[in-house]
Amino acid sequence: MNLATFIQNILNSLTLGSLYALVAIGYTMVYGILRLINFAHSEIFMLGAYFVFWGITLVHLPWPVAMVLAILVTASLGVLVDQVAYRPLRDAPRISALISSIGVSFFLQNVAIVFFQAIPREVYRPAWLEDPILVHGVRVLPLTLFVPLLSLVLMLLLVYIVYRTKTGLGMRAISKDIETSYLMGVPVNRVIAVTFGIGSALAAASGIMWALRYPQLQPIMGTIPGFKAFIAAVFGGIGSIQGAVIGGLTLGFIEIMTVAFFPDLAGYRDAFAFVLLILVLMVKPTGLLGERPEDKV
Amino acid sequence: MRKLLLLSLAVVLGLANLAFAADDTVKIGVFLPLTGQNAFGGQLELEGVQMANKEAPTILGKKVELFVVDNKSDKVEAANAVQRLIEKEKVQAIIGTYGSSLAMAGGEVSEKAHIPQVGTSCTNPLVTQGKKYIFRVCFIDPYQGAGAATYAFKTLGLKKAAMLVDVASDYSVGLAKYFERSFTKLGGQMVGTLNYQSGDQDFTAQLTKIISEKPDVLFIPSYFAEGAIIMKQAAELGATFKIMGGDAMDNPKITDIGGKAVEGFTHTTFPYDPSMKNMSAMAKKFTDDWRAAYPGKEPNVNSALGYDAYMIILDAIKRAGKADPEAITKALAETKAFEGVTGKTAINATHDAEKPVGLVVIKDGKKVYEGEIVPEL
Repeated sequence: MNLATFIQNILNSLTLGSLYALVAIGYTMVYGILRLINFAHSEIFMLGAYFVFWGITLVHLPWPVAMVLAILVTASLGVLVDQVAYRPLRDAPRISALISSIGVSFFLQNVAIVFFQAIPREVYRPAWLEDPILVHGVRVLPLTLFVPLLSLVLMLLLVYIVYRTKTGLGMRAISKDIETSYLMGVPVNRVIAVTFGIGSALAAASGIMWALRYPQLQPIMGTIPGFKAFIAAVFGGIGSIQGAVIGGLTLGFIEIMTVAFFPDLAGYRDAFAFVLLILVLMVKPTGLLGERPEDKV
Repeated sequence: MRKLLLLSLAVVLGLANLAFAADDTVKIGVFLPLTGQNAFGGQLELEGVQMANKEAPTILGKKVELFVVDNKSDKVEAANAVQRLIEKEKVQAIIGTYGSSLAMAGGEVSEKAHIPQVGTSCTNPLVTQGKKYIFRVCFIDPYQGAGAATYAFKTLGLKKAAMLVDVASDYSVGLAKYFERSFTKLGGQMVGTLNYQSGDQDFTAQLTKIISEKPDVLFIPSYFAEGAIIMKQAAELGATFKIMGGDAMDNPKITDIGGKAVEGFTHTTFPYDPSMKNMSAMAKKFTDDWRAAYPGKEPNVNSALGYDAYMIILDAIKRAGKADPEAITKALAETKAFEGVTGKTAINATHDAEKPVGLVVIKDGKKVYEGEIVPEL
């Protein structure tokens, strides 16, 4: 492997890893506060991607407007899902909400298959995202620079919201003890609604980035990224925002480097990556950054 | 005594009459999915069969009678349909079907009853495997792999090939195996085979590796969901080699999704398309007759295969000199150079059709039927 190929592999890892990180942030945030693994995250991710490209193709909105609008619509959808599927189960055992989220996931996916059809659709990319920049034989995609930056910005923003705002204080209170939060006058349902709104906005943002990187829309497009991001979140320590970013990047690097150094294992790279992750979890069961529960958001 | 004589005379005459009736027509059963999820393909194939029957209504001076049964796109119905054709209609040969699983279910029944069956567009290798009475007029999936290899090496003169294969799909693995076998046999060199799994969306690691091996051609026997974004990523990574694939890439969306990245992409397919240039006289006649018979409805490869399935049975009956199931089976197995709409067809040892493979190229954002090639296995 020459230097250019090696650097290309690093860039590939960075692109894939930061996309995983972006999806994982949303997963981990909802989990950190509600202790709920929101399996519908994958479908919110998919819908976010569809919305933005409809905004462009059907309504002919300019790019940034379509993106912001799609994120807002998806966030409201997330709040709606919470109201319909999770709120009635707030006092039920945690497993009920988990099952409900699996139900929502299947429901949204099938609705998408019926209404959008299963045939893959094209994605329009702005010209500045289309062409790679050539640096000494290494091809750098604009997204390779943009996505990690976006992940970082969103991570900092989220940390700010959770640790520096009043709503964030409510979130942290709920994550510690939901009943006591009620008693202390925390507007629990509102805070949870905001949590889902932010989580879904993150899902939409990551769905859009994903669709820009792999320009093809399908109703099942969220499933695999969702699983991978979930694993990245667990690996990084579920509930930890920084952990999700580190987990996502690590998973991206493991996947790409497995293929780069052991090309024969390419078809089984998921198995290879996951075995490695299991080994890490055996040594550190709470994930990389999940050791101090009081730091969870 | 007189009574007895009359009675026996009547019996003899009656028998003779029966025998005459049976000898007067050739009965061919057709089982196709005319309802259910495969109805679209089944209907086109049936129309192909019926058109062939109209053009060639007799063989050896006997009238050919068609018995059509709907297999409802259902495996159990397919077996029942064949049972009915054999036991009730007493057919001498059977045409069908669209859909490999339907063909397999029906094939079990034909095999037991020793009635020859000719498949139309069932491409899974298992359909004819280990069967004496089951044939087909289409080639099998892996055969296309050899077609792509032959075209890459002989027509385009490409010497180094790489492959990106979906290890979770029989179709992909089958095509890849035959591509490699044919390409290396012709004298080409395989510089790398990398795998992925259905559902993967990031192929950059595999493609970076492949690009570093500098192949002349990359063969991707993938399904459409992966194929277009593989090409997109290859272009982003700076790949300049030729990319080829199989018929699963035949999708009208390919240019919408792939854009510039799919320009020049070539995939194999069945050797008939109404838009093809340099049509054989047979294909031309078929296309014209079809348009006259079904105005406003374009013929496609399924209708052509239906047509060929009927004609190949008639060809076998003609060579056998009689319409007896065993004789038809023997003659079908010996088919060497049947001139069909979908090309010159030979039936090989595994009862699959060997015929030219069609090639489609994406040129200026449009699919163009490039021509045919005879694969070298």
